[in-house]
Amino acid sequence: MTPFTRLLGLVAPMDRANVDTDAIIPKQFLKSIKRSGFGPNLFDEWRYLDVGEPGQDCSARPLNPDFVLNQPRYRGVQILLARDNFGCGSSREHAPWALQDYGFRAVIAPSFADIFYNNCFKNGLLPIVLSAETVDRLFAETFATPGYRLDIDLVQQTVTLPDGSTIGFAVDEFRKYCLLNGLDDIGLTLQKVDKIRAYEARRRAEAPWLFV
Amino acid sequence: MAGLTLYDKLWQAHVVDEAKDGATLLYIDRHLVHEVTSPQAFEGLRLAGRKPWRAKSAIAVPDHNVPTTQRAAGIADPVSRLQVETLDRNCADFGIEEFKMNDVRQGIVHVIGPEEGLTLPGMTVVCGDSHTSTHGAFGALAFGIGTSEVEHVLATQCLVAKKSKAMRITVEGVLGQGVTAKDVALAVIGRIGTAGGTGYAVEFAGSAIRGLSLEGRMTLCNMAIEAGARAGMVAVDDKTLDYVKGRPYAPQGAQWEQAAAWWRTLHTDPDARFDAEVSLRAEDIVPQVTWGTSPEMVVTVDSRVPDPAGAPNAVKRQDWERALQYMGLAAGTPIQEIAVDKVFIGSCTNSRIEDLRAAAAVVKGRRKADGVKLAMVVPGSGLIKRQAEQEGLDRVFVDAGFEWREPGCSMCLAMNADRLEPGERCASTSNRNFEGRQGAGGRTHLVSPAMAAAAAIAGHFVDVRHF
Repeated sequence: MTPFTRLLGLVAPMDRANVDTDAIIPKQFLKSIKRSGFGPNLFDEWRYLDVGEPGQDCSARPLNPDFVLNQPRYRGVQILLARDNFGCGSSREHAPWALQDYGFRAVIAPSFADIFYNNCFKNGLLPIVLSAETVDRLFAETFATPGYRLDIDLVQQTVTLPDGSTIGFAVDEFRKYCLLNGLDDIGLTLQKVDKIRAYEARRRAEAPWLFV
Repeated sequence: MAGLTLYDKLWQAHVVDEAKDGATLLYIDRHLVHEVTSPQAFEGLRLAGRKPWRAKSAIAVPDHNVPTTQRAAGIADPVSRLQVETLDRNCADFGIEEFKMNDVRQGIVHVIGPEEGLTLPGMTVVCGDSHTSTHGAFGALAFGIGTSEVEHVLATQCLVAKKSKAMRITVEGVLGQGVTAKDVALAVIGRIGTAGGTGYAVEFAGSAIRGLSLEGRMTLCNMAIEAGARAGMVAVDDKTLDYVKGRPYAPQGAQWEQAAAWWRTLHTDPDARFDAEVSLRAEDIVPQVTWGTSPEMVVTVDSRVPDPAGAPNAVKRQDWERALQYMGLAAGTPIQEIAVDKVFIGSCTNSRIEDLRAAAAVVKGRRKADGVKLAMVVPGSGLIKRQAEQEGLDRVFVDAGFEWREPGCSMCLAMNADRLEPGERCASTSNRNFEGRQGAGGRTHLVSPAMAAAAAIAGHFVDVRHF
């Protein structure tokens, strides 16, 4: 996993609530058995005017000029600004894979769906929860200011605005540790082999039907 | 000290290790695997030279990509076929049992788990699929995970998780005739919203829930995720034990007695406290129909499509306007005047024998409306299909002009050939009415099986209570 420490990145606004993972990456692209290459199909149904199919050359497809990420001012975007309940619906990890493959490194929203939030951390994508008022302000500033950038510091757990004001955010210690160091948490869990074995031995005695 | 919730008991029984910040290593008893969210996980194991920790805890089935017609001919779409073949190969390579596409036990992963007794009370059950919450109907802690976590569970039999808050949703009273678990689920989502359960594990309780069959409880827990809750659950009672007993993978003999004794303790203590409580009266719940592009955009069948002018805030108003535009609906339209093009009865929400019986009871002796292009019934598993055929339900549907298909996820998410065309409107017993969910540009209205069947006959939504 790519470590995340600090990011000064361009912001794009996704101004709608309940953006679901079907919208982030439609089902037909889930047929891939790979972990990469989903970026060209991120937000496929909103982004293109035709219906996308796996294996297409997306560079030749008609773009929807009204879709926010198609606007030239958001080229090279790394931070997505979103509304409540971002990433709701299906558990597909293809959603963070697609966001990351497109170039996003962080998503800021007032709330996230649980599974999506969790999946982000496994992929070096930082989901940041800020208050609804703060997110409203960031939307207003992003719309008003071409080239609007935010400075995200995971070590300090801060988002710094262009005017120099700083907003703190919360993140679990363990998730932060893994993200800062780009750690594979399977390796960390396997350091606890003895504890897993001890649990299994105890459980096997209590509930043998679980181990047939 | 206050008593324990069902969730507390399930959680505590599976703690392997707990860090100071609450990050818990949680043991997983049952891992259900399907073809869409597993290939990258198996590839990860291969690349790291790892093996499954306990291959026997996992069971795999292809369900999302499988065709529901002409199955003997295999899968026509080469991309879908490769994904199913990849599952076959991974299961063979890693020693995981699989119910393959032409096995009579094949079906939707959340249907076959309980059907085979692979899902048992007291278990932790995970699957790379958000509708894993279904299995909580058995007094299990069941939730969906992403592909990285699928790999983590395969490699370690554990997950790193933090305990959620606990919410109890109580429904007291008796559901009216024609009102089903699906209507309860939609009414709950209408009440608390699609993010209302975010951060919570939800227990469904009360006399109306106890009154539901296990099939009904599965429907309800299935849609806990549509209320934002990763896990939904119902306490164990006699109905639970009766359902589980004798299933192929359920314990037998002395082990059954030992298991049942523990399972009977899997309920919330009377003095336990919840972080949030919601209550509904069963008598207040009537058949529900979604009108928009989120399950919380739901109204009763006897009402009208709402007006965005009445939305609670600006963001919602914009969402409602966008939804009406996508759905091709005008505010104020009576729900019962909305005509449908297609009808889908199936999915992990509503494809069990009870669902098929309820739909068949409405359909029997009637004909699909001419304006309905397609009404399809997709049983949840090969065994349900066989049972329905033994009961003659397939004839009821076919005689009414419905199509009777092979089991799978089908048009719930349209990864196989079953899908809506742009602009088509569908009465669907599935769980998500998101934009494009059943096919790009498709318009989904979520309803119960009886309501879907009635819409197929009438050609538009009708109140099944008076049909």
